[in-house]
Amino acid sequence: MASVSLEHALILAAILFAIGFAGLLTRRNLIVVLACIEIMLNAAGLAFVAAGARWGQADGQVMFLFVLAMAGAEVAVGLAIAIRFRQSLKGLDVDDADRMRG
Amino acid sequence: MLSLLWLIPALPAAGFVLLVLLNRRLGRAGAAWIGAGSVGLSMLAALLVCGSFIVSPPAGDACRQVLWTWMDVAGFTPAIGFYLDAVSVVWVLVITVVGFLIHLYSTEHMEHDEGFTRFFTYLNLFVFSMLVLVLADNLLLLYLGWEGVGLCSYLLIAFWQKDPQNVYSGRKAFIVTRVGDTALIAGLFLLLTQLGTLEIQPLLRAAEQTWAPDSTVAVVAALLILGGAVGKSAQVPLQTWLPDAMAGPSPVSALIHAATMVTAGVYLIARTTPLFELAGDARLAVALVGIVTLLIAGFSALVQHDLKRALAYSTISQIGYMILALGVSGWEAGVFHFGTHAFFKALLFLGAGVVIEALAGEHDIFKMGGLARKLPAVFVTFTVGAAALAALPFVTNGFYSKDLVISTTLGTADGNVWLYVGSILGAFVTTLYSFRLVWVVFFGEAHTEVTRRPRWRQTMPLWVLAVFSIITGFLWLPAWIGAFHPLEDFLDTALPPIEWTGRYAHFAESAGAAFVIILIVYGGIFLSYLLWVPWRRGTHAFAASPVVRPLAAFWLGGWGFDWLYERVFVRPVKWFAHWARHDLVDYVVDGIAWVNLAGWRTLSAGQTGRLRSYVAVAGFGVVLVLAVVVLR
Amino acid sequence: MTILFYIAAAVAVLATLLVVTRRNLVHALLYLVVSLFAVAVVFYTLGAPFVAALEVIVYAGAIMMLFVFAVMLLNLQAASPPRVPWTAWVGPAVLVGVLLAEVIYALTIETQPLAGAEVGATAVSEALYGPYVLAVELASMLLLAALVAATHVAARAREDQTAASVERGRAVLHGQGTASEPGVIVEEGDA
Repeated sequence: MASVSLEHALILAAILFAIGFAGLLTRRNLIVVLACIEIMLNAAGLAFVAAGARWGQADGQVMFLFVLAMAGAEVAVGLAIAIRFRQSLKGLDVDDADRMRG
Repeated sequence: MLSLLWLIPALPAAGFVLLVLLNRRLGRAGAAWIGAGSVGLSMLAALLVCGSFIVSPPAGDACRQVLWTWMDVAGFTPAIGFYLDAVSVVWVLVITVVGFLIHLYSTEHMEHDEGFTRFFTYLNLFVFSMLVLVLADNLLLLYLGWEGVGLCSYLLIAFWQKDPQNVYSGRKAFIVTRVGDTALIAGLFLLLTQLGTLEIQPLLRAAEQTWAPDSTVAVVAALLILGGAVGKSAQVPLQTWLPDAMAGPSPVSALIHAATMVTAGVYLIARTTPLFELAGDARLAVALVGIVTLLIAGFSALVQHDLKRALAYSTISQIGYMILALGVSGWEAGVFHFGTHAFFKALLFLGAGVVIEALAGEHDIFKMGGLARKLPAVFVTFTVGAAALAALPFVTNGFYSKDLVISTTLGTADGNVWLYVGSILGAFVTTLYSFRLVWVVFFGEAHTEVTRRPRWRQTMPLWVLAVFSIITGFLWLPAWIGAFHPLEDFLDTALPPIEWTGRYAHFAESAGAAFVIILIVYGGIFLSYLLWVPWRRGTHAFAASPVVRPLAAFWLGGWGFDWLYERVFVRPVKWFAHWARHDLVDYVVDGIAWVNLAGWRTLSAGQTGRLRSYVAVAGFGVVLVLAVVVLR
Repeated sequence: MTILFYIAAAVAVLATLLVVTRRNLVHALLYLVVSLFAVAVVFYTLGAPFVAALEVIVYAGAIMMLFVFAVMLLNLQAASPPRVPWTAWVGPAVLVGVLLAEVIYALTIETQPLAGAEVGATAVSEALYGPYVLAVELASMLLLAALVAATHVAARAREDQTAASVERGRAVLHGQGTASEPGVIVEEGDA
């Protein structure tokens, strides 16, 4: 059980974060964009938990709980915005929402 | 009674505030009641206060009422305080009585004007400022009133602001008088630094005690005050604004540019008499300004086509008489002429207003004619005014005051033959131009139809002013008629009496001098009758002849002062402004604008509005930061 | 246990890759659920069973249900934007590759073993309601605010639709228009 090193756990978190980030850069579907943000938040939470496990402290898991709460809030608002988005722009392409360009 | 002094200026001020606050909620009737009513009440208050002042003079023949301390800066504590003595009594009575009559007249004259409420707002503010000016017990408060009337003058000249020409005239009046105002404020600073106070009576006493007669500082201070008076009272060389000021409505010309504001300079000099008594050179300058002005303006008035411009030049000329009287130490004569002039000149302007209104806005006197039968009330009262202006002997007030002024130019120690001859010539010209107006406007063929007749609110002030134009002269009869001079006795309480100590004083005081004037006046009236009634065709031919024509044009344009100022001041300034519009400062300012604009363009281009590009940029930043941290 | 960690990690990476590449929205979301399960296993192998349970219950359970419901209720599937060409992946892939390389390089400079002790639900709860109680309150405030905001945005949407449907109904009544397509009506009923 102790043979997993901290670095491997953190590398896993980095990989997940990077995949989520790549998705965020590439995908234009608003729902997928939200999902990518979830992936990145989850990766950040994984880093917290791993760091907590390194020192045998509960703080890392507490932080993960807060990340979880934040993700819940973000998804609730994000999906509500998606509904409005769908109505006003007749689609889900985030590139359509460029009315605030300079 | 005297404790009600503060009410006199407070009532028009209250009227002004009410008109400003209620502006659109008031109908025309309401605005007229508040506008004219506040001045009417102020007149009643003035009659009460001044009446009790005359009947039972307070100790020291003056009364002072301090309302509150205006400011308290480093020992300099001017008060909001009023000071009433014989000089201010004369001005207060003229301002409120003439002011009320003109307000009453305006309620009818302006009845169809879209700016009716605005007109009365300005007019009330003017009356308030003018009363503050003449009642102020310190020079700073006086200056406040001085600038207040200047502002109202500007606002009312440019009252019909939709015509750019009117606005230009208003601006011209404001800027030209500003030259004089600058001299005045410089004079106030000089007095304050030298004497340590601006409160008028202590200041004058201090000046008498500390300054030697004819000392430089006294002369400079007096000359600076004269500068202010020259600007406000439209004297040479700052007289050019007054003829253009006729762009305003006729009641404004009557109240501001004939009866009251333009005489503020006379008031200022009369108020600071002891200062001028200390400065002989300044007195000489005053007298010269007066004589030059009255002659120049008199000849200009002789050739004007525009009824109101002719009257404007005659106002300049008559104020020249007042200034001349002050310059030869005939202080009381100057104040007397102010009092009589205010009535007959207001009368003339109001009459001119009715005539112009009746002829649907026609200003040219040669397109009028034959109005004696069509507008009899105006004819009679206007003729009374013109007769007073021409100093028709015995029956008009103008005769008594002008006779006194002309006598002082010879009879006092400061007087001399040249001033006397000049003022006699001026009187002759005055007679010519004043009756020229009567003959041309009211006699001969009618050239324009009368489309409107005045009602009682316009004719009543005319009749009242006509009566005043006759009876006020009897307040000071010359010695050779009889020993009746209550006005002189009254003014003696505040001003030095006229001292008949000149070389020709004996002649000046006698009936002989008066006989010369009588002769001149009757001769002038007769000549003007010949020139503009039977010989009118010949007169026009003479005026159009190659020799006389340039001279007439020169007089018509006000002796080329406008032409000169245009070239000496206006054009160089305009040229300089034109030349300096692309200076270094401009480059700096434009540069700042350009940098901002370029920055805006750059940043704006970055704002694509695309979520993904923002994220990409943020990610790129993270990569860079991490690279710095990791590879350090 | 170590094997379990690496298997779960491989599953998580694979599932996550599929999430960001699937065009079908429902498939992508289901892969996300798989990814979250895998991460839950990783948590367990790291000695955090409480968080592992929460990952399954809250993340894979509640939050993903929100996603799936949103997709199905609002017919979002039909509104998906067109597929992106593969060239669109090049730039992001390079950027992300550099990022990942940096992080991995930084992490592999030295190795540190984990503590190995399991930190259970009791310890987490004690920390949560001990020193972190204020943060818990703040989190509850955040969730409340999110609730209000989501309700508000969604309610606005319904109002607009009501007004629009009333307008359409009027037009139908007066014979000036036709009833709109069924999809929109479904939307109305569900909102």
